[in-house]
Amino acid sequence: MSELAAGRTARVRRRIVVTAVLAVLVVALFLVTLVVGDRIYGLPDVLGVVLGQDVPGASFTVGRLRMPRAIVALLVGAAFGMAGTLFQTMLRNPLASPDILGVGYGSSAAAVVAIGFFGAQGAVVSVVAVVAGLAVALLLYALSWRGGVQGARLVLIGIALGTVLLAVIQWVLTRTEVYKAAEALRWLSGSLSSAFWGDVPPLALAMLILTPAAFALSRRLSVLQLGDDAAAALGVKPDPTRLLIVVVAVGLISVATAAAGPVAFVAFLAGPIAARLLPGASLLAPAALVGAALVLAADLIGSNLLFTTIPVGVVTGAVGAPYLLWLVARSNRTGGRL
Amino acid sequence: MIAEQTTSTPAGSRGARPALHRRRLLTGLVLGLAALLVLALLSLVFGSRVVSWTEVVGGILDPAAGDFGQQAVATRVPRTALALLVGAALGVSGAVMQGITRNPLADPGLLGVNAGSALAVVIGIAFFAISSTSQYIWFALVGAAGAALLVYAVGSLGRAGATPLKLAVAGAATSAALVSLVSAVLLVRTDVFNVFRFWQVGGVGGADFGEMAPVLPFLALGVLLALLSAPGLDVLALGDDVARGLGGRVGGARVLAGLAAVLLSAGAVAVAGPIGFVGLVVPHAARVFTGPGHRWLLPYSALLGAVLLLGADVLGRVISRPTDIPVGIMTAVVGAPFFIWLIRRAKVREL
Amino acid sequence: MTVNRSLATDALSVGYDDRLVLEDLSLTIPAGRISVIVGANACGKSTLLRSMARLLPPRSGRVLLDGRSIAEQPTREVAKVLGLLPQTPVAPDGIAVADLVARGRYPHRSFLRPWTTDDEQAVTSALRMTDVLELADRPVDELSGGQRQRVWIAMALAQGTDVLLLDEPTTFLDVTHQVEVLDLLTDLNRQSGTTIVMVLHDLNLAARYADELFAVKDGRLHSHGAPADVVTEATVREVFGMESRVVPDAVSGTPLVLPIGRHHSGAQRAV
Repeated sequence: MSELAAGRTARVRRRIVVTAVLAVLVVALFLVTLVVGDRIYGLPDVLGVVLGQDVPGASFTVGRLRMPRAIVALLVGAAFGMAGTLFQTMLRNPLASPDILGVGYGSSAAAVVAIGFFGAQGAVVSVVAVVAGLAVALLLYALSWRGGVQGARLVLIGIALGTVLLAVIQWVLTRTEVYKAAEALRWLSGSLSSAFWGDVPPLALAMLILTPAAFALSRRLSVLQLGDDAAAALGVKPDPTRLLIVVVAVGLISVATAAAGPVAFVAFLAGPIAARLLPGASLLAPAALVGAALVLAADLIGSNLLFTTIPVGVVTGAVGAPYLLWLVARSNRTGGRL
Repeated sequence: MIAEQTTSTPAGSRGARPALHRRRLLTGLVLGLAALLVLALLSLVFGSRVVSWTEVVGGILDPAAGDFGQQAVATRVPRTALALLVGAALGVSGAVMQGITRNPLADPGLLGVNAGSALAVVIGIAFFAISSTSQYIWFALVGAAGAALLVYAVGSLGRAGATPLKLAVAGAATSAALVSLVSAVLLVRTDVFNVFRFWQVGGVGGADFGEMAPVLPFLALGVLLALLSAPGLDVLALGDDVARGLGGRVGGARVLAGLAAVLLSAGAVAVAGPIGFVGLVVPHAARVFTGPGHRWLLPYSALLGAVLLLGADVLGRVISRPTDIPVGIMTAVVGAPFFIWLIRRAKVREL
Repeated sequence: MTVNRSLATDALSVGYDDRLVLEDLSLTIPAGRISVIVGANACGKSTLLRSMARLLPPRSGRVLLDGRSIAEQPTREVAKVLGLLPQTPVAPDGIAVADLVARGRYPHRSFLRPWTTDDEQAVTSALRMTDVLELADRPVDELSGGQRQRVWIAMALAQGTDVLLLDEPTTFLDVTHQVEVLDLLTDLNRQSGTTIVMVLHDLNLAARYADELFAVKDGRLHSHGAPADVVTEATVREVFGMESRVVPDAVSGTPLVLPIGRHHSGAQRAV
């Protein structure tokens, strides 16, 4: 059609191929999660369970125990991945992911207080975590507002709020009986071990709302990336857009944190890994897939490959961080790119 | 953003408005010293038992006396000294780290130092059965130095050397990795967690001069190196290219300053646990009085760091008498609102 | 082909915090012409440009686009008519030239209306006009300064607006590239009738390329009109606080400002 078509087609094809490969990887990891465990069921049995057939033994272990866990892992990973890349892109800073900024600590602090002081469990913890997460996001935005929200101010105030919340968490940990504190710590590290079918509907419902919202925002975000002036000239109002992005991203983080705890590093890592695979592209979809793959793989490793079961968040931190270090070490660029 | 700034303007406003600058410096000095003095006195007076002024005087002059009040004061003297020391060390190390990385978000927490010492202490508690401050110190020092070296090594790989962005990312990544390892140990060993959770919040309670002594040389050396590196940091602030053009030895300045920062923050972590926020917030507050020049920024960061930590400790003792809230928590609770106020007020430098 | 758009300010005052940067400034941008705003550093010329692009809300007064206050028009609709190339736009890491230019099509697209032939043509012709078509697949971060500036102009062109505002489009460019960029904007103006408004530092280039010159001093409009009328030794003295000699430009016949400075005032008029 035009001189541009060839180049764009090549880039689009690359994006499709990479995204498809990631999707296949996620599906494969999902299935492996269903297959592997204390007892290994064959793929036909597992697929039977997935399709709703009644397979003796497998129906319980796979259908009741492994399936909800795998679904939660998938959704949580995707949520962290999207939230992280939304923040990083909006603030043009790979360090500015919600977990590094501490915005996500709102959910964690509320949950720890609920667990440690009020002995809360299950759904109550989730609701408290989501509400607190969003409240912190709005507080962050309000505090950063001074005739407009500047990226740098948002980052700094996010860190300040995060530090206070972290202090609250640590204080609670010193104030409760050790077994409750240990329970809170397990939750704080990010764990899927208590995931059950009851976790799935609220998580899935929230994702059903937030994911399209994130994708709708990503077009405006791609313009906001050019700088506030350029964005405003192109008809995107920077401040309202930032508010929407903060709300959606923190919503994703809170929902995921409520379901599995703050799984370390997934929000931070998914974006840079996706950017490595697809430089210059819109990262939302690949980052969601990378996030899902990270959580699924980490849970597989944590629950099967080691001498003892380890919460998923410990694995994502211990495996993910060196990977990021490797990225940093490998990169020989001077600029902002990782 | 945190990316390389080729030409920033740290406006070494020395020539521009010297009188105004001098007045600001003086204001900061007077305010800081006054606050320090008041807080030091309050620190001796308040605690689970509130004492009278005569008991304060008595406790300082004659720590061995039998009077309860005087004894209480006598235990609060080292505590106060420790708070001052740790606060000053953290303030300076934060200022130095922000200078090295040219990143206003850098602090011992972000650059992996705290996480490194935390991991070392956890390993010590879990596998070497350490239990006293004097033992924590050595583990914390080794861990902090190891983490800092790793961060610097990783951050300086590649063609451009240790750029601020790479350092910061390497620091954050290292922190996260180490924290995960800490959690891995703690989740398996509840007994270790039970000890560690108290160390982790950071505190200056139960200080005594004997336990502080081993870190003093580290802190002293750290301060000395930090002051020596001040001119180098001023040049680094202009960006690596300009710094080289001015004849600065970029790598050398970073190593010298980095060593100072590690000694200071590791020493502080060793005696008081990983206290967050002081290193981050204090340099920003100090810059209000001093401007960006490190020659003044470093001493003022020490002063304001001591004020913040001591103030936080006193407040922690006052609001929840007869127990106290650990200072590491109070610094966040006290420092954060101030920090937020500062950010809202000031024109924030682009990251 | 281009509809003539009118752009004007009406008693515009703009300020940051407690400082008033523009005061009671009224001007009318001639449609279909090239207007250049000149003035000393910090006189408010960039603020004026950004206000006209609705990036800064006025303290009082209005910016009128087609006779209606720009603040009251939907920002997406304005973006189809009026484009701005800011002084320091940010290129996302690793983005290809064609993809960056394609982002200029944002106001013309929507969630449900994906990429069309119109978009493709707008991007292609913008790339061709700025002579960066062969760079289309290269990452922007690998380009030279001159190339990068042309890519950004291409992005602004791809927006397809009838009015284009540019904030110092020639900064950081060598003299060859400065002339190239200004020639390019002139082409655009002559071929498509696009109204161009830009802030320029170089008074001589401004005088050469402007149809209408606006001189701003201390937040107020000092004078305006054809370069030959505006660029005089008196105006230069008042607006820039500088003694100069103004002679005819041997190439274009427009006024050429020769600064005197402190060391060369002994030379006598050679012309």
